Amino acid sequence: MQLTGAEIVVKCLQEENVEYVFGYPGGSVLYIYDEFFKQDKFKHVLVRHEQAAVHAADAYSRSSNKVGVCMVTSGPGVTNAVTGIATAHMDSIPLVIISGQVPTHYIGQDAFQECDTVGITRPCVKHNFLVKDVKDLAITLKKAFYIAQSGRPGPVLVDIPKDITTHVCEFEYPKAITMRSYAPNVKCHSGQVRKALQLMLEAKRPMLYTGGGVILSDASRQLVNLAHALGFPVTNTLMGLGGYPATDKQFVGMLGMHGTYEANMAMHHCDVLVAIGARFDDRVIGNPADFGSVPRKIIHIDIDPSSIAKRVDVDVPIVGHLPEVLGELQALFDEQKSKPDAKALAAWWKQIDAWRGKNSLKYKQGKEIIMPQYVIEKLYEVTGGDAFVTSDVGQHQMWAAQYYKFDKPRRWINSGGLGTMGVGLPYAMGVRFANPEATVACVTGEASIQMNIQELSTAKQFRLPIKIINLNNRYLGMVRQWQQMFHGDRHAESYVNALPDFVKLAEAYGHVGMLIERPADVEPALREAFTKHKNDLVFMDFITDQTANVYPMIAAGKGLSDMILAEDL
Amino acid sequence: MRHIISILLENEAGALSRVSGLFSARAFNIESLTVAATEDPSLSRMTIVSSGSDSVIEQITKQLNKLIDVVKVVDLSEAPHIERELMLVKVRATGKDREEMKRIADIFRGRIVDVTESSYVIELTGDCSKLDAFLEVIDHSLVLETVRTGVSGIGRGDRILKI
Ligand SMILES: Cc1cc2nc3c(=O)[nH]c(=O)nc-3n(C[C@H](O)[C@H](O)[C@H](O)COP(=O)(O)OP(=O)(O)OC[C@H]3O[C@@H](n4cnc5c(N)ncnc54)[C@H](O)[C@@H]3O)c2cc1C
Ligand SMILES: Cc1ncc(C[n+]2csc(CCOP(=O)(O)OP(=O)(O)O)c2C)c(N)n1
Ligand SMILES: [Mg+2]
Repeated sequence: MQLTGAEIVVKCLQEENVEYVFGYPGGSVLYIYDEFFKQDKFKHVLVRHEQAAVHAADAYSRSSNKVGVCMVTSGPGVTNAVTGIATAHMDSIPLVIISGQVPTHYIGQDAFQECDTVGITRPCVKHNFLVKDVKDLAITLKKAFYIAQSGRPGPVLVDIPKDITTHVCEFEYPKAITMRSYAPNVKCHSGQVRKALQLMLEAKRPMLYTGGGVILSDASRQLVNLAHALGFPVTNTLMGLGGYPATDKQFVGMLGMHGTYEANMAMHHCDVLVAIGARFDDRVIGNPADFGSVPRKIIHIDIDPSSIAKRVDVDVPIVGHLPEVLGELQALFDEQKSKPDAKALAAWWKQIDAWRGKNSLKYKQGKEIIMPQYVIEKLYEVTGGDAFVTSDVGQHQMWAAQYYKFDKPRRWINSGGLGTMGVGLPYAMGVRFANPEATVACVTGEASIQMNIQELSTAKQFRLPIKIINLNNRYLGMVRQWQQMFHGDRHAESYVNALPDFVKLAEAYGHVGMLIERPADVEPALREAFTKHKNDLVFMDFITDQTANVYPMIAAGKGLSDMILAEDL
Repeated sequence: MRHIISILLENEAGALSRVSGLFSARAFNIESLTVAATEDPSLSRMTIVSSGSDSVIEQITKQLNKLIDVVKVVDLSEAPHIERELMLVKVRATGKDREEMKRIADIFRGRIVDVTESSYVIELTGDCSKLDAFLEVIDHSLVLETVRTGVSGIGRGDRILKI
């Protein structure tokens, strides 16, 4: 079959069973858009800014485990998309980004809307390609989908010059692909698995520390089974929330900079640590030397060897795909006779329960001013703990992570690695496209929401009944908190002045707006939004305490047991 | 410690910048980098000389392996290997310096590949320390220009880097 490059792009996307392409047209991709117009197998979602196209595709993937696809034009289309691509890259999200490029013979001439897309995006993609011959187009797109979702996932960009989209060649979509330079399917080393289990069975104070890898590889079930069989405490990173049910009694909460007292203490004092799809980020281990000062054995399971022994030395490295490794651990555990040391484990749990007794997440809700934590707790109740919750970046993000108890994977959607303000609303859109019946809440701040506020228009066009929970503290709250704690309480540029009337703003876009100023109104307002306005986008502007801080907190570079607690102040 | 890392990678446009970009993005040190196509023109062979603690070198090899265009990576310094670098040195050679310069070049098994009334170009091959030693020995004020290729390396005996 002889097809043009533009037709080939469409065919490939159809072959990959793509449902949605999030994008924005422009000169270099006009032939491709023309082919979009002529087909109805997949839908195109026209966003209002390319950054949002990538974020939406990213959340589509995070909430479904399918590859997110986006399309942008050359030059400014690409540069606008870069923040989205870097965000996905830091959190290992599989995306295929197709970008237009100036015609082949214009490349390098400072042509209109030319930029070095492959060069600009190289450091923030898993891989990228520039297609120089229409004959390479189908195989390149096949490779892009394969690379994006295999091994440690990540975004892959395919840059297509405009002339290539008009050139013609014979089309055949490869069924499978092998690349001599890329072999992501590693079988874990059985000897290492055996060694790991041995250590786990000998442990007196064991700890399971699990992260985004559990979510990315859909290994939740295997994790829960193994944890239950062993009876070990479990903590999740910010990216791992929902990978282990938050309401399970073995769960000790999130760890790290804003983790619970019990999670951080248990992490610090454990004698055998099993890291499962978690990468010892500096927001978790702020001070590797301090962490290393307590003797313990570390088992680290990850599909990416470079995640292992990067910041923290490891005793038993296991490279492999989590569901397989956890399955093998489980099988090995089941077939042998020994059990974990019950007496030691009981003493360990007693210690952990004592730490739990600190109740490090407690706060006081008075009658006058709405506490942000209270809004999240009520959101949890009103949605029955079963909503998809996206968030932006800041204090509100941490409160959402701490107070919404995620029991299922892929329900908590946020930017952890890059920490990108502005993801919340486009993330909620992507989630809703992947889960058309789902309840979707976007927890945000008055500053973050304004970074992609234009997407209220996209949400209107596609009738996305997102509930925006704006925790409006009139501050770049997270910045203000650091200034209060570490910069003599000088609020340099962290007060947000001249805020819009968010209710009117929502209404201007054709949505419902609500202003909530008193604690007594929080729950009724949420109920109204999630029932009466079930099918509307509701912008809920909660006027919250300006001085609230996120606790516990470990200052950057400090050890895990060096926590600042609310009660200390 | 100093390490010589050998990389076999796809001979694709941009593959070199993926490697050099990785080193600068992750603040890894590069002493030298050489690259050229192999007998199989679809593959390039690169030699990088770097230095760092064991854990840094471990990260370097892991990160290199992670690059999609990279087929194989070995740290040559882990076992017996040969390293060679080529240097061209242009020196002032007049009067009694002419004879002296030729004598030192001979001792280092260098060859004079260009001669004018007042200068020589000397070609020298060897490991880094030999080339350094040559530059140490000759009169510095006579050196007009030097150019070095950077190190190429290969394993001894049965150690073969091939696909
Ligand atoms: C304001 C702010 C505050 C933050 N505070 C905290 C905090 O208090 N606590 C906290 O934990 N984080 C916090 N973060 C997030 C932090 O920056 C990191 O993003 C996060 O800790 C990384 O999570 P992770 O270790 O689970 O790794 P991820 O980034 O989720 O990486 C996943 C790992 O799993 C591996 N993997 C992927 N697929 C597989 C597979 N199939 N099999 C095996 N392994 C696989 C990957 O190779 C990778 O190593 C904060 C972020 C922000 C913006
Ligand atoms: C794009 C971007 N710019 C700057 C920052 C730094 N930053 C982190 S949190 C924050 C404040 C966020 O304010 P808001 O959205 O109101 O949330 P709050 O902390 O008040 O809950 C800033 C500026 C960032 N993370 N992302
Ligand atoms: Mg704020």
